[in-house]
Amino acid sequence: MTTQAENTSSGLMAKAVKEGIFAGFIAFGMFLLYVGIETYQNIDNQLVWRTRWGLLAVFVVVAAIGRFLTVAFFKPMVDRRKLAKAKTGVLEISSEKSFFHKHFLKIALIALLLYPIGSVMLFGPQGSLKYVDNFGIQILIYVMLAWGLNIVVGLAGLLDLGYVAFYAVGAYSYALLSANFGLSFWVLLPLAGILAGFWGVILGFPVLRLRGDYLAIVTLAFGEIIRLILINWTDVTRGTFGISGIAKASVFGIWSFDVSSPNYFPKAMGLATSSAWYKIFLFYIILALCLITAYVTIRLRRMPIGRAWEALREDEIACRSLGINTVATKLTAFATGAMFGGFAGSFFATRQGFVSPESFVFLESAVILAIVVLGGMGSLTGIAIAAVVMVGGTELLREMEFLKLIFGPDFTPELYRMLLFGLAMIIVMLFKPRGFVGSREPTAFLKERKAVSGSFTKEGHG
Amino acid sequence: MASGTNTMNDTILKVEHLSMKFGGLMAINDLSFEAKRGDITALIGPNGAGKTTVFNCITGFYKPTMGMITMKQREGKDHLLERLSDFEITKHAKVARTFQNIRLFSGLTVLENLLVAQHNVLMKASGYTILGLLGLPAYKNAAKAAIEKATYWLEKADLVDRADDPAGDLSYGAQRRLEIARAMCTGPELLCLDEPAAGLNPKESLTLNALLRGIRDEGTSLLLIEHDMSVVMEISDHVVVLEYGQKISDGTPDHVKNDPKVIAAYLGVEDDEVEEVIAEVESEGGAH
Amino acid sequence: MEYFIQQLINGLTLGSIYGLVAIGYTMVYGIIGMINFAHGDIFMLGGFAALIVFLIATSFFAGIPVALLLLLMLVVGMLMTGLWNWTIERVAYRPLRGSFRLAPLITAIGMSIVLSNFIQVTQGPRNKPIPQLVTDVYHIGDITISLKQIIIVIITAVLLFAFWYIVNKTPLGRAQRATEQDRKMAALLGVDVDKTISITFVMGAALAAVAGCMYLMYYGVASFNDGFIPGVKAFTAAVLGGIGSLPGAVLGGLMIGLIESLWSAYFTIAYKDVATFGLLAFVLIFKPTGILGRPEVEKV
Repeated sequence: MTTQAENTSSGLMAKAVKEGIFAGFIAFGMFLLYVGIETYQNIDNQLVWRTRWGLLAVFVVVAAIGRFLTVAFFKPMVDRRKLAKAKTGVLEISSEKSFFHKHFLKIALIALLLYPIGSVMLFGPQGSLKYVDNFGIQILIYVMLAWGLNIVVGLAGLLDLGYVAFYAVGAYSYALLSANFGLSFWVLLPLAGILAGFWGVILGFPVLRLRGDYLAIVTLAFGEIIRLILINWTDVTRGTFGISGIAKASVFGIWSFDVSSPNYFPKAMGLATSSAWYKIFLFYIILALCLITAYVTIRLRRMPIGRAWEALREDEIACRSLGINTVATKLTAFATGAMFGGFAGSFFATRQGFVSPESFVFLESAVILAIVVLGGMGSLTGIAIAAVVMVGGTELLREMEFLKLIFGPDFTPELYRMLLFGLAMIIVMLFKPRGFVGSREPTAFLKERKAVSGSFTKEGHG
Repeated sequence: MASGTNTMNDTILKVEHLSMKFGGLMAINDLSFEAKRGDITALIGPNGAGKTTVFNCITGFYKPTMGMITMKQREGKDHLLERLSDFEITKHAKVARTFQNIRLFSGLTVLENLLVAQHNVLMKASGYTILGLLGLPAYKNAAKAAIEKATYWLEKADLVDRADDPAGDLSYGAQRRLEIARAMCTGPELLCLDEPAAGLNPKESLTLNALLRGIRDEGTSLLLIEHDMSVVMEISDHVVVLEYGQKISDGTPDHVKNDPKVIAAYLGVEDDEVEEVIAEVESEGGAH
Repeated sequence: MEYFIQQLINGLTLGSIYGLVAIGYTMVYGIIGMINFAHGDIFMLGGFAALIVFLIATSFFAGIPVALLLLLMLVVGMLMTGLWNWTIERVAYRPLRGSFRLAPLITAIGMSIVLSNFIQVTQGPRNKPIPQLVTDVYHIGDITISLKQIIIVIITAVLLFAFWYIVNKTPLGRAQRATEQDRKMAALLGVDVDKTISITFVMGAALAAVAGCMYLMYYGVASFNDGFIPGVKAFTAAVLGGIGSLPGAVLGGLMIGLIESLWSAYFTIAYKDVATFGLLAFVLIFKPTGILGRPEVEKV
């Protein structure tokens, strides 16, 4: 006689083996053509094929073993943990927060301020380029974009799949106005934001009475229209060639970063000539822009307009019954979000020194939206974390030269960058459908500020 | 029976020849009635009589096919509600409403729900956001006043202890009270309630009645749709009965209760039997 | 006039392909209310399956009859994409059903990125050209109709009829419509909702594979990023026709095909996509639920 426990565990094993084999078969079917067969062009430029049975076998075995392990060990473990949590009845949230937790924002801010200086000290001016530019500036641009989109999607609950259009408007405003009228970065930065916000109103006005997925697809369409115009209106935008030689930002018009200029900033400061200083300068600009975005968002949330945005996300009809002009409210959300997109765009243009329609494809909108949702809609901290993980993670992949030792010298990790990005999007959503930070900070309180669990907040339908 | 403090006793809401057509269906047919200032007016009738449709016309969620709805404000200003859009009716005409299926901002806290209701006042105080963003004291004072107003209604609705909890976390009865408190925070002269007592237990029903009387005694007139006859008879000063989109009776609760047409409508009597019922009621009335 | 009719024919052909893909979007949206962003990439996978089958079949049997070859490409493509879409639904979408609305949208976008990059990694980033499969051309006056255009339109029509029949006349279709109306109630009345949704995904994928195969036959080239633009256009078609409506999807597809070919013929080819998207915005602003969509009643 076997005991109950043995019985169920052997039953579980049998089930796991069965499911594993099934998964193997499915994987075999799925990958047979795409992995098992490789198509390539031969010397005569003819398309031919060869087999890759070894690779196919790897895929099948990985799928089978993965499924087996999931069913046999991973799932029971998750279930047990859930059961244990349900039994004790203690929620995860502990009232005693650690020092790190309490002062997280301050620590993060100080770390960010010291980041470029630290990387210069550690790697020298030239060596710091990679860290300041590829990681620092790159991530912060996405943080800013995602915080801007967060106003539209996270607070007001309006699904915008064409946010990159406003980024493009900002970038091209800067590029064109600086090239044609020689205006400086500091004049054009606010101007680009205002222009993008203006476009937000123009595009937003006709479409905001659409709801849910219809709004999503129209914003996607507008995003594509703007990109197509940028490609085709060659007289102004130079089409796919893009606009190059965009002026660098100056230090408030006092010093410049042109090596030939008499006011060359590093010289004035007695530093060695290096492009790293400019990047560090840019790092602080984008950091400041991000902080402004965060500050404005936090302030707006505590003001009637911000509350109306969140109320709109929760229930539009109730909003109207309370005398709130929902069209105006939606437009302000759209315009404010667009404005921050425009700021980010003009920064992007000055940082790259070059803009082309290539940078403003739908994938960018998708990535920004993904960061907002993965971070947890409405949560600035969550979104910043998501940007660091997703953008930083994929940037990190460029650095993984050691993978070449494992997979051979032909291996280019960059090829797998977007593949892994997509996989990460799926996996995070499966495990944390509400994103990294699912709860919501109330904007006002009577006695104590209690976070609102994500299960109560709605995601909007407009 | 409740007797209203009809000190002013003038008309606050006048519905004239209201008709609403959905496709070929006549949901409301030439309906006229009046609600008096300071009264609790009840709109009753069997399921499908068109009560909620009347409400949606008054509060601008539907545009009536025909008719005129006049809201007479205290300072003597008149608003033709059928010409205003839904949010303007609350904002300018000072008519607030609740919904049959409670519509709260469930992810916002109870207090935040009440602050959202004061949107227009706060918006002005914040200089349409711009001055508020700069942190000027005018807005700070207005924000403080808004919280005070919210607290006042939280006390009235017996929700002070739950002020910082998400609205979605409240019990059904508490959600109903919160929705009413939220509507009151818009500062209405007329409050329209769509089945406020639906789904409440007897105790919650009593608390609700007290809340509604309190609202009336502070000078806000009420118009309510109700199914529960005991609630209607208990608190209303004036009852309008609808059937198939038409008014079949209009008067005091006592009058309506004994109106044979109303009894026939509620008991579902055939048309030719109405006469019999009338006779029955009259003979009963004579026996008393 | 001849020129106009010629463009009409070209537009119909292209529109048929968009329509087939659009049906997949519309069916999935109808049944679980989600924009399956990865559907365009399923279309691309279908095209690649057809491409690989073509290569293998012609290298083993050089003289294989074209009809048989086409049939083989279609069937294998349908099986492949059906299996893929079944798995995708099972692994990435089902666990999120009924959860936060944006979560499935994000996984779908993620899945779209994964699929196109998967093909880029496994099959290479270059365009894959194949020789013309069907070369016959007929002339009626000045108008030229190619056999492949005829094949595309006929196959679309046949499939449409078959699908219309399945959805409207079979128990499976009834289950689908019931699930679409009210998933919980359908489950209570004994409809196997999971299975119905799976079958819907498989059906949509099979149609996308047919479209992918046609696209390959029509243009003679496949690429890993073929999924996006036709996918967005097909989705546009679905929305234009009224999302959730099967005839609407085809109507939308045909409209987009026609606009594209007529715009390219009479105006500038550069702005043909702008015309398409512009029309979408225009239609939605004035008829927010598409041409054949049910008007959304605002329940207060």
